[in-house]
Amino acid sequence: MRVKTIILRYFACFLLIGALLSFIYKHTNEITPFKPDTDNAGLKLADGFGANKIADNIGRARHIIVTKDGSIYIKLFRLVNGKGILFLQDNDKDGKYETQLAFGDYAGTGITIKKGYLYASSDKEIFRYKLDDAEKVIDPTKPEKIITGLIAGRQHQTKSIVLDNDDHIYVNIGSPSNSCQEMDRGLESKGKAGCPILDSAGGIWQFKADKLNQTYVDGVKYATGLRNVMGLDWNTQNNTLYVMQHGRDNLSSSWPKLYTDKQSAELPAEVMYMLKKGDNAGWPYTYYDPFLNKKILAPEYGGDGKIEGSKEFIDPIVAFPAHMAPNALLFYTGNMFPERYKNGAFVAFHGSWNRAPEKQAGYFVVFVPFKDGKPTGKWEVFADNFSGQAEIMAPKEAIHRPCGLAQGPDGSLFVTDDVKGAVYRIGYTKK
Amino acid sequence: MKKIIFAALLTIGCVLSLSAQTKKIQTKAKSAVPAPSIVNGKLVYTKYCMVCHQVDGGGVMGLNPPLSKTEYVLGDQKRLINIILKGFNKEIEIDGDTYANPMPGLGHLSDQQVADVLSFVRNSFGNKASLITPAQVKAVRGDK
Repeated sequence: MRVKTIILRYFACFLLIGALLSFIYKHTNEITPFKPDTDNAGLKLADGFGANKIADNIGRARHIIVTKDGSIYIKLFRLVNGKGILFLQDNDKDGKYETQLAFGDYAGTGITIKKGYLYASSDKEIFRYKLDDAEKVIDPTKPEKIITGLIAGRQHQTKSIVLDNDDHIYVNIGSPSNSCQEMDRGLESKGKAGCPILDSAGGIWQFKADKLNQTYVDGVKYATGLRNVMGLDWNTQNNTLYVMQHGRDNLSSSWPKLYTDKQSAELPAEVMYMLKKGDNAGWPYTYYDPFLNKKILAPEYGGDGKIEGSKEFIDPIVAFPAHMAPNALLFYTGNMFPERYKNGAFVAFHGSWNRAPEKQAGYFVVFVPFKDGKPTGKWEVFADNFSGQAEIMAPKEAIHRPCGLAQGPDGSLFVTDDVKGAVYRIGYTKK
Repeated sequence: MKKIIFAALLTIGCVLSLSAQTKKIQTKAKSAVPAPSIVNGKLVYTKYCMVCHQVDGGGVMGLNPPLSKTEYVLGDQKRLINIILKGFNKEIEIDGDTYANPMPGLGHLSDQQVADVLSFVRNSFGNKASLITPAQVKAVRGDK
C-alpha cells in the first residue's frame, strides 16, 4: 500500500515536471508577446495600434519573412560583411531581435517561405534553402539555384518573388527603362515600336518552385505590360496574384509641351492590378490617370494627355497618388487585428522622388479593405512618420523609408526600413 | 540743395559698399550677389535637372547621383560639359554608392544655358568652383 502511494507520488511528480518542461519549451518556441515601445517607435498609427522597434541599423533591409515561431529572415539590398541574408531571433524575449546568422553572398530584395523552403533572390537569380521543422535553414552555404540568367538592368533590376499553393514561383522582371523611349528619359524621345523590352522584361514570369537551373525558356510570361513591380502577393481567398506597379516618371521633363511640373508630380497613379495568366497591363503604351479615371495613351506613343489608351489592356483595381513607390504588398490573414483588416491589403510606400519641385509623398504604410479579392473601401494611411519629418522635399531628408512587409504568427505586422535598417513590429493594443 | 543730396547719396553709397565689402571679407563672399549666369542657371536647373537631382542637389539614393562635392562636378570641366550635352549612362560610384538611372543628353540647351546651369551647380549645394563660360561649352560641342 505504502509502496503504491510512493509510486503514485513519483508518477504525479514526473507528470508535473513533464508538463512544466513542455510549457517552457512551447513558450521559448513562440513569438514574444507584442509590447509597444512607449513612443510607438516614433510612428503615427491607426487608432488602437502600437509599434515596437525590434531591430535597428542592420543594413539596408528590403523584404522580410517571419517563421512560425516568430524568427525573421531579411534580404539586404547591399551586402554587410559580405552577406546578404540575415536571420534574427528574440531569444531572451525582451522584444528586441538579435542577428543570429548572416549568410548568402548576394545582395537583393526578394525573400519568402513556402512549404519547407526559404526562397531568396539576387537581381539575376533565385535560390532556395531547405528548412528544418522550426523553419531554420539547414545548410546556409548550399542553396539550390532554381532560376538563373534573368535580365537585370541598372534600373528596376530587383526581383520580387511570391509563390502560389501549386508549386509555382512568380518573379517580377522590371523593365530597364522608364517608358521604352529611344533615348531613355530623353526630351520628346519617341517610344520604340513594339517595345522589344517586353520580350524579356516588363512583366511577371512564372517558374516551377522545385526545378533547378531554370532560365527564360523554362518560364512562362504570366503577365506583361508592367513597368516594374516590387510589391506582390498571392491572395489565398481567391487564389490570385496581385501586384503593385511603380508607375512611369518624367512626364514634364520629357514632354514639357504636354505636361506641367505639377501634372507630372501627380501623374500617373500608382496602381494595384489583379493578374490573370495572359493579362497585359499596358506599359509602356498607356498609363492610368487617377483624375480622369482612365487609361491614357502615353506621349511616347502619340498621346497628348487626353487620348485614351487601348481597351485591350486591363484596368487597375486600386489607384493611389503618383510616384509613392509601392515596395511591398501583403494580404492580411492574421487574427490579432480587428475583423475589418482580415483579408485586406497592406502596402508599404517607399516614398517619392519624382514629384520635385513639388513636395514629395508616400513614406508610409496604407491599408485597403478587401473582401473576396475585391476592394470594399478607400485606401487609408495605417502607419506614418517613418521619415521623422512633417514634410519631405527631397528623399534624403527621410530618416527611415518603409520597404518590406511580413505577418507574424500572432498576426502582428512587421515593416522594414532600407535607409538605416530599422525593423518595426506593429500590433493591436486596444483591449 | 541738389548738390548736397547728391553728396549725401554718394556718401551713403560709399559707406554701404564699404560695409558690403567688409561683410564680404568676413563671410568669405557668402553674401555676395551671385553672378548673373548663376541666377539664370538656377532657372535651367529647376526646369531640367531638379526632378531627378532634387531641390538640395542630393540626388536619390541608388537612382540619381548627388551633385554636391563630387569629382564629376568639381573636376574635369570637359567631362562635365559633355555629361550635359550627351547625357550619362554608365556605372557610376560616388562615396561607395552606385546610381542606376540614365541621364538623357540635354544638347538642345544653348551654350549659354549649359554654361549657366553648370556655373549654378558648381556654386550651389556646398560647391565652390569657377564659372563655366559659353565659349568653353561651344568648344566642347565642336569637338567630335
